[in-house]
This record gives sequence, C-alpha cells and structure tokens, in this order.
Amino acid sequence: MCNQSVGLIASVIEKAGIPTVGLSLLREVTERVKPPRTLFVPFRLGYPLGEPDRPDLQHRIIEAALKLLHASGSLPILNDFTP
Amino acid sequence: MARIQNLKFAHRLFMRAYRYRSFDWSPGAHFNKALSESKFVLVTTAALYLPEQPPFSHDVRGGDCSFRELPGNVDVNQLNIAHRSSAFDQTGARKDRNLVFPLDRFRELVAQRTLGTLNHRHFSFMGSITAPGRLISETAPAVTQLLQEDQVDAAFLVPV
Repeated sequence: MCNQSVGLIASVIEKAGIPTVGLSLLREVTERVKPPRTLFVPFRLGYPLGEPDRPDLQHRIIEAALKLLHASGSLPILNDFTP
Repeated sequence: MARIQNLKFAHRLFMRAYRYRSFDWSPGAHFNKALSESKFVLVTTAALYLPEQPPFSHDVRGGDCSFRELPGNVDVNQLNIAHRSSAFDQTGARKDRNLVFPLDRFRELVAQRTLGTLNHRHFSFMGSITAPGRLISETAPAVTQLLQEDQVDAAFLVPV
C-alpha cells in the first residue's frame, strides 16, 4: 500500500502549491492514484532506489525523477526509468 | 519488476479487490526555479524512525498514518525500520537506508551544487495504510503545513 500512500501524500502536498515528484514500484497502483509526477522504477518491492550500496544507480534514479519537475506537458506524468 | 500478479497470494487478492483512493491535486503546482536554487525535502513511507522516537504501530486498524520528523543531520543508518508489511524484502534497506531514504545521495547533490539546499527536517510515514482517510484529512496536511512554514520548493517521495 506504500505506492498508494506516496501518491496520496504527494497529491496533498501538491494541492498546497508545493511541487512533488515520487517514485513508484507498482505501476498498476500509481495509474489509479494518479499523483502529479512519478518515475516508475522496475525494481522489486523494498528496492525503490535499485540496490543497496550502489550510489551510481541511486543517483541515476534520482536525476531521472528530478527531471520530471521541469517536464513539459500536462500532468499527471508517469515515466519509466530505464536502468 | 514489481507487479501485483507476482505478489504473495494474500496480497494479490487484497490488492485486486481494493478500491484505490486518489486526491484531487489539480491544477498542479508549477516548478519554476532552477534545481540549484531550490530547497528539497524527502518523504519516505519506509516507516523509518529515530531510536528515541516511538515506533510505528502495527495494531492500528487500517494502518498507522502518523509521521516522524527526521532531522536533516541524521545518520541514515542509525534509523530504525518499523514497517509492518510482509509484501517486501527489507534486507536491502537494512543494509543501506539510502535504498528507501536517499538522504546521503541528496547531500552529495547539494555538495555538487546540483541542488540548492535540503530542508532541516524530513518526514517518514509507514506506507501500509489501507484506510487512508486520516492520512488525507489530517497527517499529510500536517506535514504539508510544516513544509510551507519551511518554505520548501519541492518534495521527493519514496515508497517501499
């Protein structure tokens, strides 16, 4: 249920005027909750930043997610991370 | 890759039948600053908490929707994990908290001047909330108010 919770918290924060971007591990859930900006990451539950002790991979995921803050086009955005 | 069809039988049954909630955030906030001039906050739903804070409760029906404030100077690997969900493997997060709360990575981005600053506090929830009414009406708005007081420019959210 974490993916729903993140989507709902993001939605509440965004509604107050603070831009948000989140990760998702379950695309099917995020497609229903529809938070504003999400990067779907193809990892198992519990591993949103990919792998432990892999700063290089973790940085690539964060960078890809932060890019969504400046993405053009209409919201919501649900992009895929490509490892 | 995580898919509902690959989860444990009980989780799969539940998640197929569950009516997911959403919250109308339209029209959406406009991010019009440079990353290098912006203040960021992290929000995780990994149920992280400080050793001196009470752990999240596993006994609240519908899920414990409370939150914990994590100070900006925290040593991430000192944080405890109280998550009640059996849907995921916690081994990775126990080895490296950045897997679910990438504060060290964000500190590196600030040091590189890719990002402006980090907020002096971050926030942790326990994401396994099946009845999110109070999350939507009380605890997420409470965190939002703190973020407004802190004049945060953007929030980065991580599920587990």
